[in-house]
Amino acid sequence: MQNNMTEIAENPSKDTYYSNDLQKWGAEIKNKDISLKELVFNETGEKVSLCYQCGKCTAGCPLSDEMDIAPNTILRLLQIGSKEYDRKVLSSYTIWVCLSCETCMARCPKEVDLPAITDFLRSESIRRHLANRKANNIINFHKAFLHSIRGSGRLYEFGLVIGYKLRAKNLFQDVLLAPSMITHGKLKFIPAKVKNSSQIKEIFQKTINNNRGGK
Amino acid sequence: MKIGYFPGCSLHGTAPEYEASLKLVAKAADIELVEIEDWNCCGATAAHSMNRMLSIALPARNLAIAEKMGLEEVVVPCAACYSRLLFALNEFKLDEKVRMNLQPIIETEFKGNIKILNVLDFLEKYVMDALKNKVDDKFKKKAACYYGCLLVRPPKLTNSERWDDPLRMEAILKKIGIDSIDWSFKTECCGAGLSIARTDIVGKLSGKIIEDAKDRGADMIVTACPMCQSNLDMRRGAINNYLKKDNNIPAIFITQLIGLAFGYSEKDMQFDKLFVPISFSNNNFSNNNDNLKMQKSKVKEVKV
Repeated sequence: MQNNMTEIAENPSKDTYYSNDLQKWGAEIKNKDISLKELVFNETGEKVSLCYQCGKCTAGCPLSDEMDIAPNTILRLLQIGSKEYDRKVLSSYTIWVCLSCETCMARCPKEVDLPAITDFLRSESIRRHLANRKANNIINFHKAFLHSIRGSGRLYEFGLVIGYKLRAKNLFQDVLLAPSMITHGKLKFIPAKVKNSSQIKEIFQKTINNNRGGK
Repeated sequence: MKIGYFPGCSLHGTAPEYEASLKLVAKAADIELVEIEDWNCCGATAAHSMNRMLSIALPARNLAIAEKMGLEEVVVPCAACYSRLLFALNEFKLDEKVRMNLQPIIETEFKGNIKILNVLDFLEKYVMDALKNKVDDKFKKKAACYYGCLLVRPPKLTNSERWDDPLRMEAILKKIGIDSIDWSFKTECCGAGLSIARTDIVGKLSGKIIEDAKDRGADMIVTACPMCQSNLDMRRGAINNYLKKDNNIPAIFITQLIGLAFGYSEKDMQFDKLFVPISFSNNNFSNNNDNLKMQKSKVKEVKV
């Protein structure tokens, strides 16, 4: 038995139980396919290894009951760093329903900036086409919002809502609120425009098209 | 005295009463608010959800223009804009890569020598002194001061001392004779960015805030953010749906109250823009059911 153990220690590939995993691991290194946690570190400067799973982020999160994976579990899955878990994180609903209220970060004893990590995970999840289907409406809203400011430099609420509804194919939600918004003078029909709107388009061109979304 | 002013899209869109009241309050305190020329949207949640550099470049352009105009301080009344502008300035100061890359993106010189004030900073610094002897009996009401997320968090960005239980609004309101309640939801999130995509979540989060304020005997919720105010005020449908009962506790901007204390009328402070009505006139604090019914019938008329 002992002989067997030293043999395995010297030559891990002889261990039939671990060999498959080790081979896979080797293949990943060869492909220079770095794990998501390394990417998170490169792009946000945040070390997921700092997390010791106290759970304060999840306890304070106003939306943890809406999430499919709890915030502290997101960090745990990133720490493990397997391909399967990375995929699970990127295709989670959690990263999209997060409101960036910053409570988790404010309460984290290790000051892990989970909102910054989540921001990066969102852009990476879109880049790899892994975004959760349930989050379509939220993503459509973000896209309609950015589309609105890309065009005129300022948000045009009426245009935003129309743009969102066309994307979400949900034309009738909220129509009841619109008339009272108009009578209260809260909805305008003429968009405000930045004079130098070509500069705003340039900013979009030079950022969105040019990097991974992180640092 | 002149101070820079970044209104942001909300104050020109869904929160005109916030801008009107802030400007009149500034005028009463002898401050001229100089709007940043040709300002653009800060990008809000959408930009930082999709691309970090975009979320820095959009606010940075505004700050660069303000600097060019010779402004030393900028007051940013929207808490979401405040957070994004502060974030951009902070990243510019701390991250060398941002400093190197920003210039060619925004095509404007930016040195990072500008100070950003939120509305509470502004009121404390420039308006508090003018509020001496402004205690008024008509204000003998209980307020629930609601800060929301981004005025206080993340603490390392906002430098707030009591980020979990701030007392700054309470101190300002005390000056005009308004007492505040002690409650648990003053820094809870209202649901902000999900207002359109997941209105049910806004109903739940804002509903909890409204319920706690009411349970603890508040007569009104006082806010300092157009996102919070619009969710708490306009989303009553979703909120009442979640709470399974009608609630008539109004949500009002802190600047509207201070404007009243300076002697402006409720019309000047655009009280008519609030969905849930509130009035301090004739010592008759009315936010009662009659008003609510009236408001509902008004909405019905419009629908027809």
